[in-house]
Amino acid sequence: MKTVFEKTTGLTDTQTHYCPGCTHGIIHRMVGEVLEEMGILEDTVGVASVGCSVLSYEYFNCDMTQAAHGRAPAVATGIKRVLPDRFVFTYQGDGDLASIGIAEAVHAAARGENITVIFVNNAIYGMTGGQMAPTTLIGQKTATSPFGRNASLQGLPIRVSEMLSTLDGTAYIERVSTHDVPNILKAKKAIRKAFETQKQGFGFSMVEVLSSCPTNWGLDPHESLDWIKDNMVPAYPLGIYKNVHKEAEK
Amino acid sequence: MGKVLMKGNEVIAEAAVHAGCKYFFGYPITPQSELVAYMARRLPEVGGLFLQAESEVAAINMVYGAAGTGVRVMTSSSSPGFSLKQEGISYLVGAELPALIVNVVRGGPGLGNIQPAQSDYFQVTKGGGHGDYHTPVLAPSTLQEIIELTEAAFDIADRYRTPVILLGDGMLGQMMEPVEFKNLTERQPGEKDWTTTGTRGDGKPRIITSLELNADALEKRNEKLQHKFALIKQNEVRYETYEIEDADYIVTAYGTAARIAMNAINNARADGLKIGMIRPITLWPFPEQPFIETRDKVKGYISVEMSAGQMVEDVRLAVNGKAPVTFFGRTGGVVPTQEEIYEYIMKVAGGVEV
Repeated sequence: MKTVFEKTTGLTDTQTHYCPGCTHGIIHRMVGEVLEEMGILEDTVGVASVGCSVLSYEYFNCDMTQAAHGRAPAVATGIKRVLPDRFVFTYQGDGDLASIGIAEAVHAAARGENITVIFVNNAIYGMTGGQMAPTTLIGQKTATSPFGRNASLQGLPIRVSEMLSTLDGTAYIERVSTHDVPNILKAKKAIRKAFETQKQGFGFSMVEVLSSCPTNWGLDPHESLDWIKDNMVPAYPLGIYKNVHKEAEK
Repeated sequence: MGKVLMKGNEVIAEAAVHAGCKYFFGYPITPQSELVAYMARRLPEVGGLFLQAESEVAAINMVYGAAGTGVRVMTSSSSPGFSLKQEGISYLVGAELPALIVNVVRGGPGLGNIQPAQSDYFQVTKGGGHGDYHTPVLAPSTLQEIIELTEAAFDIADRYRTPVILLGDGMLGQMMEPVEFKNLTERQPGEKDWTTTGTRGDGKPRIITSLELNADALEKRNEKLQHKFALIKQNEVRYETYEIEDADYIVTAYGTAARIAMNAINNARADGLKIGMIRPITLWPFPEQPFIETRDKVKGYISVEMSAGQMVEDVRLAVNGKAPVTFFGRTGGVVPTQEEIYEYIMKVAGGVEV
């Protein structure tokens, strides 16, 4: 029989625990495929964070370390500084990276740590049951913003890609989305570009992936994808925010 | 190599280099900053790496990452910064990663001050972070002993896959003494079959984690840790005794307090009082044996500390009600003088108000 599709060797056979319709599975697959296609699975150490993706260490088919909440970029720094010839990536959600771990993210970026950060932004805390994140949109209802996020009470959302791209230590930063196939294909290219950036030793690379949370958004999977397109993309514009490759070509 | 005159903080750093530690992640804080500065200069000379982190929190997590690759790695701080490292230390214990963490203790609580203190005893010996755990704690009292114990700390860390704490104080960190580095052969950790360095033909990927969602599985993990702690208690207890054979009263003190108390003990002996000393070198595991061996013979114990009375609780547990235990201490960064310790000994042991 002719093989028409094969699961990437970048992922293990372990069944994921993610909710139906959650886009973590798609993002995992893209990262796994990139690691496989680049032939770097055996030279990679991944860092799992705290949140829904904490068990990603059971899904990525490479050496994995689990970090304390928000500390993944610091843990990745420790690994990469000892093993500069290995590929080191973190996989973090928006609560982990943009709230409790914002200092570690900013300083890893400022130092130009030659690591790749996969930043999954779904504008909510998933694992703990749908609380407000720094990326929660104005007006968005969550368990801890039950009347909708109010700027005067809870402040305004953080645009991490824009913020980090102001730092000279960053080499490649792109925001992508998972709400339809063309965007997913773009997202994979961005992830590939980020790991290529690390391969070339250019410094800090990050791909911010807009993602869904049907369970905590209270929407079905299809509505969730529409919600990304209609609400998240306008607040978090897609595109390349930093591209050292382009600068190198000049 | 003969004796060299060095500052305590620098001795810790050089001893770590001698122990084969090439990676240091730290953050400045008085009174341990010389240690950080020494490493920044020294580690590049041995092909190692010094990195100043953005916080103590980041530093301990960089240590966590580096420890997972199998190298000898350390960080250092002083009390307020050491508190910030507790999260990371708990994770190191949970994930069974070896590392050295130095605490050059200063006066607290809160921001406190930068003077020497021993008021972090509870924190270092009773866990400190969340979860059921202990970390081995080594407490040198001279700069020469720092060398011996820093090397021992790395060995214990590797042997048991555990973070180890070297506990000093502002006095030990800042003072200068002649020291000799006798062991010049560079030590390296043995083979480690649990590291995450990329599989590189090793087959199945490895995972470093402290997460165990299933309660029964986490209990098993805890039982394994408790078994390890029992082994450490069995094998790694260190202490020193002085003139305890004929002692009526035994003073117990560690680190800087022990040095000062020693002079007071000698003065009291010169006055005809039979005073001895038990100096714990490992604070955890606490040396219970010398107390068990003496508690039926002596008239009492005197715990001398630069705290409001912390180690004295472990002394009472070891003595188990068999003899009176009294306490003398100064707090807030005040270092007790040998005269006031002497006066306290004379009052308790000699019934004399000096």
